[in-house]
Amino acid sequence: MKNLLKFLSIVLIIPFVLSGCGSQETKDEKIIIWHWMNDRKETFDNLASLYKEQTGLIVEFKLFSPPDIYSQKVIAAARSGKLPDIFGIIGEKKTMSSFIKAKYILNLTPYMKENDKSWQNSFYPQALDVNRFKKDNTYNVEEGIYGVPIDITIMEFVYNKDIFTKAGLDPERPPETFAEFLSYAKKIKETLGINGFISGWGEGWLINALAVEWAINLMGEEKFIQTIEGKIPYTDKQWVEVFSMFLKMEQNGILANNITTMINKEAEDLFSRGQSAFSFNGSWAVNVYKQLAPDLNYNFFPLPKISNEHPVKIWGGAGSSFLINNSSKNKKNAVNFLKWMTAKDQQNLLAKETNNLPSIKNCQEGLTGVLADMIDDLDNLTHPNIWPVNENSRVLEAIISGLQQIVMGLKTPEEVAAEIQKVKERGSPK
Amino acid sequence: MNDYRPKDKAANFSFVFPALLIFSVFYIYPFFYSFVLSLHRSDGIFTYDFIGLAHFRDIFQDKAWWRSFYNGGFITFWALTFQNVLAFALALGVDKAIKTGKIYRVIFFILPVLSEIIIGLLMRTILLSEPGILNHWLNQIGFGFITRDWLAPNFALLTTALVHCWKGFGWAFIILLAGLQTIPEQLYEAAKIDGASYIQRFFKITLPLLMPVVSMVVVLTLLGTMQAFAMVLSLTRGTGRLTEVPVMIIYNHLRGNQVGLACAEGIILGAVLVIVSFGMFAFSKWIKDKT
Repeated sequence: MKNLLKFLSIVLIIPFVLSGCGSQETKDEKIIIWHWMNDRKETFDNLASLYKEQTGLIVEFKLFSPPDIYSQKVIAAARSGKLPDIFGIIGEKKTMSSFIKAKYILNLTPYMKENDKSWQNSFYPQALDVNRFKKDNTYNVEEGIYGVPIDITIMEFVYNKDIFTKAGLDPERPPETFAEFLSYAKKIKETLGINGFISGWGEGWLINALAVEWAINLMGEEKFIQTIEGKIPYTDKQWVEVFSMFLKMEQNGILANNITTMINKEAEDLFSRGQSAFSFNGSWAVNVYKQLAPDLNYNFFPLPKISNEHPVKIWGGAGSSFLINNSSKNKKNAVNFLKWMTAKDQQNLLAKETNNLPSIKNCQEGLTGVLADMIDDLDNLTHPNIWPVNENSRVLEAIISGLQQIVMGLKTPEEVAAEIQKVKERGSPK
Repeated sequence: MNDYRPKDKAANFSFVFPALLIFSVFYIYPFFYSFVLSLHRSDGIFTYDFIGLAHFRDIFQDKAWWRSFYNGGFITFWALTFQNVLAFALALGVDKAIKTGKIYRVIFFILPVLSEIIIGLLMRTILLSEPGILNHWLNQIGFGFITRDWLAPNFALLTTALVHCWKGFGWAFIILLAGLQTIPEQLYEAAKIDGASYIQRFFKITLPLLMPVVSMVVVLTLLGTMQAFAMVLSLTRGTGRLTEVPVMIIYNHLRGNQVGLACAEGIILGAVLVIVSFGMFAFSKWIKDKT
């Protein structure tokens, strides 16, 4: 009996002992950073070594992957009070607002404003806006800047220059309008038998981002936001026209087979192997294509416009951001490290090693090739995280599945518009 | 039994306690917590707004949810019929093959051992129209006229159901084979002496004695198939609601921080499966009593 009780005591004590071990980290002087960015592990470790050389402070980057697991870990750590000094959040701004309201994230505004806002002004405003909550925001979060962007991501069309040349098209002149895009893609399909367009539309966010870019180009950002606010219905003829773009692409036979079941990795692989002339992808693809096909001759270009009435806006903003744990004992050190990490030399190193766009201005000279060309497009960014309101996630689901159904020939744009509006009117349960 | 002293009772309880504790913490508590969450609009992080049964009302109006039930039901129908009948037929064939039986068991059990994600990705590579491994094989053997896009909208659900059957077939085969091998050979021999035909032996001996195993296979198939997820995700991603199954919707809502809604959907799915499973058991008992 005594042995049994001893055994039970040990079994019950083990979890507490183990959880105690986990909290050891925060007691140390070193700065602990959690992230999910597999491709940047080596560069982050190099930056940590460099920082130690320069300041004597130890920084440890801890990688948790895949992103879904990372997200769960961060939520669990927040609820158990074991967040590291610096961490990132994957997800919508709403998720970030929940963390802020629960006082898990430090408001960085005072640090940003130091020295006549020198840190704040060093960033591209579009990158910083993703982490900024304006006064009287819909999330009921106190006004301020809560995160530090470490890079910028934008989503644009991408084309294969060699395929253009083979098809007799000018490789330095990508299409500017939707009509041009369709005719180029059709010509390539007809002359070379290569798919006109490929993208990971099995992942809803890609098809949604493209629809948003066309919607803003056609109706302007103001009307687009009014739709989210419920003032304009999705059955509005301009929305139906946006949905019709996808039908036109399908009807012109330029889309790759199975495009609606394809994940982005699959699409990136096929594009890098020259099996499609066009794709719609993010700036992260520069690194992906470099790894898959170092000799791929390609470039990005802005959305082929469907209207001249409103400017083309590019889906983009901060790619990844770091946030500081409000309860960290290393707050000041953490801020200093992020200031250092977003300084010119470190941003140049990050851009060079990871092929991502830097989050701060005046880094252009360090960029080459495709990335250098993209810098010009940073003035026209748009992103859900900088809109004053965000669409209900049930409506987003309806938009994504509706667009996929149009491409699959299952529904007309009008039917999809009506279904989306129905979901919109149903709203969230109260 | 009643003469046990409290000390003995405590000793006995201490043996059960670890299992009870683990079961309570990892099964009973999450079950009730899910129900509590389903009554809230919650992001699973820090927001918990009580909304009563609103999620349940919302789900009953949600066409996408019931469409996913139809998809799950379609895949289950194929699993219950095609998959299990084939598994039963092969189990009957292998049952008598004492020497080679083990080889078949290994061969047929390889598929269930493989990860669903792997099966889905592998089958996707084979079934895609470009580069189209299956279509290439069909062309090579002169069946080019049936080549097609196997994941196209008009085939996607059937293809998903058949791939699921291919994956799930091994489980049913092994369980049914084990059930068949528990039936005493003497019964068949006695029936043979009495002049019973193969068909008579099957319906009068095999089927009645195997009915508990068959009903278990049916219920396991039903539970497993209605909760299919990983294979469908890697094969078609449930795109355009064509092959979307209930667990995929729950998963997407959890990923989108709609935790309360996902919990309500999980509870509805669980309740439907429990009701159908009990119905199946009652039905198989009725069949057994009749035969």
